[in-house]
Amino acid sequence: MAKQGEIYRVAGPVVTAIGISPKMYDIMQVGEEGLMGEVIKIDGDKTIIQVYEETSGLKPGEKVIDTAQPLVAELGPGLLSSVYDGIQRPLPVLMKSMGDFIKRGVSAPGLDHTKKWHFTPTAKKGDQVVPGSIIGTVMEFNIVHKIMIPPGISGTLDSITEGDFTVDETIATVGGKKITMLQKWPVRSGRPFEKKLLPDIPLVTGQRVLDTMFPLPMGGTGAIPGAFGTGKTVTQQQLAKWSDAEIVVYIGCGERGNEMTEVLATFPELEDPKTGEPLMQRTVLIANTSNMPVAAREASVYTGMTIAEYYRDMGYNVSLMADSTSRWAEAMREISSRLEEMPGEEGYPAYLAARLSEFYERSGRVVALSGGLGSVSVIGAVSPQGSDFSEPVTQNTLRIVRVFWALDSKLRERRHFPAINWLTSYSLYTGNLDAWYKANVAEDFPALRQWAMEVLQKEAELQEIVQLVGSDALPDEQKMVLEVARMIREIFLQQNAYHKVDTYCPLPRQYKFMKLIRQFSDLSNRAVESDVSVDSIVELPVRNRLAKAKYEENIDQELDAVGKEMAGQFESLGGKA
Amino acid sequence: MSIVSKEYRTISQIAGPLVFVEKTEPVGYNELATVTMPDGTQKRGQVLDTSGKYVVIQVFEGTAGVERAAGVKFLGETMKMPVSRDMLGRILDGAGDPIDGGPAITPEDRLDINGAAINPWARDEPKEFIQTGISTIDGMNTLVRGQKLPIFSGSGLPHNDIALQIARQAKVRGSNEEFAVVFAAMGITAEEAQYFMNDFERTGALKRAVVFMNLADDPAIERIITPRLALTTAEYLAFELDMHVLVILTDITNYCEALRQIGAAREEVPGRRGYPGYMYTDLATLYERAGRIKGKKGSITQIPILTMPGDDITHPIPDLTGYITEGQIVASREIHRAGIVPPINVGASLSRLMNAGIGPGLTREDHKAVSDQCYAAYAEGRDLRGLVAIVGKESLSERDRKFLDFADAFENRFVRQGRDEDRDIETTLDLAWDLVSMLPVNQLSRIDRKYIEKYHPAYKKSE
Ligand SMILES: Nc1ncnc2c1ncn2[C@@H]1O[C@H](COP(=O)(O)OP(=O)(O)OP(=O)(O)O)[C@@H](O)[C@H]1O
Ligand SMILES: [Mg+2]
Repeated sequence: MAKQGEIYRVAGPVVTAIGISPKMYDIMQVGEEGLMGEVIKIDGDKTIIQVYEETSGLKPGEKVIDTAQPLVAELGPGLLSSVYDGIQRPLPVLMKSMGDFIKRGVSAPGLDHTKKWHFTPTAKKGDQVVPGSIIGTVMEFNIVHKIMIPPGISGTLDSITEGDFTVDETIATVGGKKITMLQKWPVRSGRPFEKKLLPDIPLVTGQRVLDTMFPLPMGGTGAIPGAFGTGKTVTQQQLAKWSDAEIVVYIGCGERGNEMTEVLATFPELEDPKTGEPLMQRTVLIANTSNMPVAAREASVYTGMTIAEYYRDMGYNVSLMADSTSRWAEAMREISSRLEEMPGEEGYPAYLAARLSEFYERSGRVVALSGGLGSVSVIGAVSPQGSDFSEPVTQNTLRIVRVFWALDSKLRERRHFPAINWLTSYSLYTGNLDAWYKANVAEDFPALRQWAMEVLQKEAELQEIVQLVGSDALPDEQKMVLEVARMIREIFLQQNAYHKVDTYCPLPRQYKFMKLIRQFSDLSNRAVESDVSVDSIVELPVRNRLAKAKYEENIDQELDAVGKEMAGQFESLGGKA
Repeated sequence: MSIVSKEYRTISQIAGPLVFVEKTEPVGYNELATVTMPDGTQKRGQVLDTSGKYVVIQVFEGTAGVERAAGVKFLGETMKMPVSRDMLGRILDGAGDPIDGGPAITPEDRLDINGAAINPWARDEPKEFIQTGISTIDGMNTLVRGQKLPIFSGSGLPHNDIALQIARQAKVRGSNEEFAVVFAAMGITAEEAQYFMNDFERTGALKRAVVFMNLADDPAIERIITPRLALTTAEYLAFELDMHVLVILTDITNYCEALRQIGAAREEVPGRRGYPGYMYTDLATLYERAGRIKGKKGSITQIPILTMPGDDITHPIPDLTGYITEGQIVASREIHRAGIVPPINVGASLSRLMNAGIGPGLTREDHKAVSDQCYAAYAEGRDLRGLVAIVGKESLSERDRKFLDFADAFENRFVRQGRDEDRDIETTLDLAWDLVSMLPVNQLSRIDRKYIEKYHPAYKKSE
């Protein structure tokens, strides 16, 4: 039987109990209503608990019960298309029992324990199995959900049965132990795998500036820092919508309720470009908004990560977005300050850096225990206080992640979206990925990227001169550099997430765009050498047509047509032969 | 369940707005308390920390005059707000008591002022366009029902005029549903408050308004509860009585100062600039009380106003607000000095729900494209002004000169409009097209060809 103690002190989400000696990170039931909490500190006879629900009215003297279990996620069929709070309570279930507002004292399991799933064995009686071995499958929408042997169990498969089962029913036995389709995993520990591999396949997102300029591989880590309103959420949602991961875990960590509503309204209607199925069917959403309890916000990233790892272990490529990791860090700060811990920088706890790196380390492309290949890519939004990138959360994140998509308020003010600064952003993976791009897109793809970056760099230098003397004072070749840079920015880098056609740009099309801009640049350089004026080059109808192509329904034909008429229009400019 | 509670005379410490009481029976967290002075005057407070050793009470009216001999009673429940339809047309103080000389309010319900988070699953998507009649808002930073869109201002700027113009002109076209205004003043001057009241009276809006007044000389700590009372009232009107409620909260900066004062008194580890580390979460518990709920007719739209200390948008108050709200309308001193009314800085402003509220069937199909183009061109023109100051207009290219002229025209014709000028959305968009047509058509990179053919004054095919 669980042990019982009583409340000694209540201060916000932090409750101190006495008369009980649980283990660190045990889940506790706090107060007469049995509010869910987790042990975060043990200090002599005092147990300090962070409570995942609102604590108003809680009194000293009320009882506290130790469940002797850590915070676990329920893993099994039924995760996909779910919407959870930070501790994996399904929000639709909470709404049924509490109404439109989140009240408290209601626990709800992460999976539906009454629903029957059709289990098809892939292993047979007599097979040797170890933790992670795949013994059968269940169709979860169009995704093959692989049922794995849970940790700690290995031996000979004594029996295995095809049929319709709930997640609690026995589908197989191993050495006398019953196997069900449900696993419980403590969210704060990473799930085991065989070994990590070097990520060398890009996560294709359909976002030009990301895929071409600053690519992220499957299993890689990236951060998107940016002041408010610069496009962190829109970028993350674009990744959730269009990236070619098979499974998406989207964590709304301390952000807006209306943004979750937007995801819930749009995802079921959008189609996965690869499979044609509704996007929601490959998505798990965790919505612990800013006004929901902070302790559950703190847990939300771990809950999401555990679910992501579970699908990785089946051999899927999973991408996980956390919006925003800064709110997670703030939750740590808030709890830490209630514990009266010695603060580190700006009031954040001294273990901030350690927690961030532990989290990002759970990403990666791995050989799973089952032998399959899977990956978890992690993309964390960072919301720097005062849009100052030198603050602790941004800095500690940048020390870990290998892709940095820097959002820029200046770009956002001129509605250059995505407002990713091309001069300060980087991807440390480009070298690893070039071979893939050469083999799968075009041999000259890396060279084109390099060229475009050089033009943009050159533009930045020329802009400094222009600021002093005006652009009219520049020689024509340099004016042309500015014009080509403008084309790269306006045609290629800018991409409107809300435009039906422009929102998603497949890689071959990205290549075609870049190639055409390059061609335009080469032709104009030749024209300028023959004394053709920059103005007349810029006014060529083909330039305008190229700029507008991204909004046309028949975009690929448009681009082909642009390619065909470009040389001819340049010839018509004449110039000295 | 409230028992006749015991009075304690065991105050051990008084610090800033806090009172520490010892040797109590178990007291609930967040519970309401009263502190009674020996002369019988009473103050109210709320429990911030409770343990076997002592209980910490935050006294709303401040601790001036509180002495150790005062008696403390705990009321056994968290703070509740009596609400009723009859509150419309009433003026209350910052603690919710009538100050307009009218009768006491007979409650139809009593609601916890801290509210509860709306289950994200229960939220409905905000997408009904609210026409404010202000071009810079409707055209460029569209407001929708259920949005929280603050005004970031500076001291001495006419943010109140902007808020009032919105309150006066706001309408959802083609609907005549019940609406109401809830106005909460936190620490503003009596003169400013009077300005609002006069306008509400002049336009008859007062009949549809509930006003909460915590003025500059009212207790600072009371400002912690004033917005919560206002939002509790708003939730009642919106979700029980099906009204569309516009909530104006002013000035959030004063609210945050009160929050900082409490943090300091509790000797908490501060975050940036001395504000509590939990200020983000605390502000979110106010701002997130805007929205729509599936199956309910009403809605809550919030317009909080804040003055940025030192006009600094990176100051923690605007910064944390911007991270929670769905955009911001930024008032600009530079534009104000140029005599442009309303002095809205279009570039720095943003409405994140704009895309949900505009387009065919809502405003017009070309809305997004033409506003994006105005944004981009205006930003470019403004950058060029800096250059002109150094090199003179002559060294600009022909193209650049057009952008420069665009920026001037945009401010003078689009941004500038009268305090009482109510422009409908078509007028605003047509004006935008007029301005955009000053630019070479091949520079209109944000606009699809089909819209140019349909709306550009020089190209549109006459019907
Ligand atoms: N790729 C894009 N295409 C078009 N518009 C965009 C794009 N990215 C951002 N925006 C615009 O910028 C606005 C703000 O973006 P978003 O909500 O993603 O900001 P954020 O960085 O998440 O801010 P916060 O930190 O406050 O959550 C959007 O509402 C949209 O209008
Ligand atoms: Mg965001």
